[in-house]
Amino acid sequence: MSKKKRVAVLSILLVLALVFSACSGGSDDNGNGDDAQPKILRTNNSSEPGSLDPALAQGTHESWVLDHVFEGLMKKSQTGEVVPGMAESYKMSDDGLTYTFKIRDDVKWSNGEPVTAHDFEYSWKRALDPETAAYYSYQFYYIKGGEAYNTGTGTVEDVGVKAIDDTTLEVVLENPAGFFLELTSFYCYFPVSKDVVEENPDWAKDPSTYVSNGPFLLTEWVHNASITLSKNDEYYDADMIKLDGIEFSILDDENTAWQRYEGGEFDFLTPLPQTVVAQMTADNNPELVIGTDLATYYYNLNTEVKPFNNLKVRQALSMAIDRESIVVDVAQGGQASAEGVVPFGIPDETGADFRDASGNHVTYDAAAAKTLLEEGLAEEGMTIEDMSNVTLLYNTNEAHKKIAQAIQEMWRTALGVEINLENVDFQVKLDREKAGDYEISRAGWIGDYIDPLTFIDLWVTDGPYNDANFSNAEYDAFVNTARNSTDQAERMEAMRNAEELLMGEMPVIPIYFYTQPYAQKSYVTGVYKPVNRYPYFIYADIVQE
Amino acid sequence: MSKYLLKRLFMSLVTIWAVITITFALMHSVPGDPFRSESKMPPAVYENLLSQYGLDKPVPQQYVIYLGNLLQGDLGASMKSRVETVNDMVERGFPVSAQLGAQALLIAIVFGPALGSLAALYQNKFPDYLSMVIAIIGISVPSFIMGTVLIQFVARNVAYFPIGGWGTWQHTLLPSFALALMPLATMARLMRSSMLEVLNQDYIKTAKSKGIRKSAVILKHAVRNAILPVISILGTTISNLLVGSFVIEKIFGIPGLGRFFVQSISNRDYTLIMGTTIFYAIILVAMLFIVDIAYMLIDPRIKLAKEGR
Repeated sequence: MSKKKRVAVLSILLVLALVFSACSGGSDDNGNGDDAQPKILRTNNSSEPGSLDPALAQGTHESWVLDHVFEGLMKKSQTGEVVPGMAESYKMSDDGLTYTFKIRDDVKWSNGEPVTAHDFEYSWKRALDPETAAYYSYQFYYIKGGEAYNTGTGTVEDVGVKAIDDTTLEVVLENPAGFFLELTSFYCYFPVSKDVVEENPDWAKDPSTYVSNGPFLLTEWVHNASITLSKNDEYYDADMIKLDGIEFSILDDENTAWQRYEGGEFDFLTPLPQTVVAQMTADNNPELVIGTDLATYYYNLNTEVKPFNNLKVRQALSMAIDRESIVVDVAQGGQASAEGVVPFGIPDETGADFRDASGNHVTYDAAAAKTLLEEGLAEEGMTIEDMSNVTLLYNTNEAHKKIAQAIQEMWRTALGVEINLENVDFQVKLDREKAGDYEISRAGWIGDYIDPLTFIDLWVTDGPYNDANFSNAEYDAFVNTARNSTDQAERMEAMRNAEELLMGEMPVIPIYFYTQPYAQKSYVTGVYKPVNRYPYFIYADIVQE
Repeated sequence: MSKYLLKRLFMSLVTIWAVITITFALMHSVPGDPFRSESKMPPAVYENLLSQYGLDKPVPQQYVIYLGNLLQGDLGASMKSRVETVNDMVERGFPVSAQLGAQALLIAIVFGPALGSLAALYQNKFPDYLSMVIAIIGISVPSFIMGTVLIQFVARNVAYFPIGGWGTWQHTLLPSFALALMPLATMARLMRSSMLEVLNQDYIKTAKSKGIRKSAVILKHAVRNAILPVISILGTTISNLLVGSFVIEKIFGIPGLGRFFVQSISNRDYTLIMGTTIFYAIILVAMLFIVDIAYMLIDPRIKLAKEGR
């Protein structure tokens, strides 16, 4: 074999290496900014947004950015009150069904055009348009005719939102929804510019064509790498904004993100690895903040399968769980042990916390649980041994596994019951729940709006997410009152009764309330965490020592 | 030889078609779909989404449509991103992964065989032990541990290395190294054993006894023959490195192609699953093809055998 051939082989390999390496330019990130004059808050958005169009958003990795670049009719103040945003005022009719919003006349899109009532009408109808296929279109079902239009049984003309003139928007609701004002601050309800969207359907794909109306503007989006926002000087309340910009990195590995926070490359970080939360809690680290979250972690009991049709069995299983120990020793992420299905952070008619006011509906009593279980099983003609065929289903995830194992162990020691654990892909779990092909399954629910109803109406008869197949006429009546009454006191009372009834029947076993721990450097101030949103940086500041 | 190449080319195409068909069938037989998630989507919206992406049609029909689009080079729209098509994602992600992979490959090819040769030449002496310790570490430490260790102990303490992310050349160094370690170690071990075998061959002894310089014997006679097993694993190694590593890209936050392989499956992003799989299959088949040719060029015995038939 000649030297030539050897050279040939080597060059093939080298050329390949070079060809495939090609060029891969990329923007330079400006490091730590040692003597940074502009106040840029650096943090991490865990995954690449699927779209930054408010109508097409799917989750927090989109909404966290949207919350800063857009603003709805109402907004959340630094202390959490719902205050006028794009609207300067509103009027509600006596029956609670009609809202008339007056849009501010000094509000502009980032292209300089005024924000009008027509933009709102267009945006909401666009989100309801079946063609748009918006994930969160159901958030508009509170508007009259919204559901019909979205599901193809009604027309766009019958949707209850109408621009009377450039600055007046009239909204008619299906039911008097006490939470509607708050809902208009939610990202689905953000307006988009009618002119821009009609002219360029791809407007949201590129910062150069992206038009928004919020306190910050999108200036750069490097896919799967970073999103950069800068202060909107044209914002009507620009003086209130202290930051010059926000830089979201897109890094999906929690540990690497934490290393970057520790290494000073991030000023703010959430979510945090669970071990970090545990460690920071143990150290009393002042950089750790446990934010509230509007979500409940629970187990479904399939009430159509023996022995879970038996009330005593269901109660016994709940009573044998030491929730405090699960939160402190197992979950370790700052969670709060569940006292019902409605989490903390929702005000009732008096302004007090709904949860605090309605008290604790669950108890831990291993001995009583054992007696109850034996009675219940006897009623069904079963024995403790029969329970060893029972399987707890959860979607594959380390955290869910730990909790399932802890509960398996608690039931074993307290009740003498040996259950099986089965982990499946999330999609498979959903399919099996829908088909009723499970006995116990892990579930979580994130509230859509700040009202107990977002949790309470889950278990209405034949509700789409009622995987426990719970059905109770009295419960349905309470939910009906809560949905239709305009009297807050009456609504709240109905929901307190409903929750008490639900926890008495125990078709679902609440385990804990989620929280959202976050870490912020000592020089970051003014971050506000709404109970159902990721933290807002709108009021934040970076204070140089 | 050209007849053989043509036949190989044809078989490659058949292989790729088989990969497409099997992946398509498997993907649709797994429970779940791209739009059913924890989100509380009403059935009507769900139907809208299905029809928007053509998922309401029977699977065989979807398959035919997909093949038709594929022949025109269209990998379709991602079912999760409304911003980028699958073509966009591959075009954007591949250069990143390929740069990382090429750097890792360079490290592995330069140091792997060298380490293996060194070990063989100094069998049971210190250099042998040292190289084999490196090789064992390389093979047995999974990349997610190596990546984490590099970030925790190197990037955190040496300001020159950024903690994850992508952009400058510095960003590429640690992940390239983490990625290179496994193939480097495999190559070192292969090289060592084949080198040991070759060194005991008669023709090496002959060459030595003819008084040829030791370095010439090793480079001209020993290494050339010993490198064959290393070449044969190169096809898979190169394609694996070029399309990126899920673990390394996730840990270092690199916007490459590797992460899509796993993400697309858990998201049931059908078009992205197909796109990445087909892309990987093409690269792999092409590499194996090239390695076959390279093998023929290096080892005359293979060519003779084919021509003798």
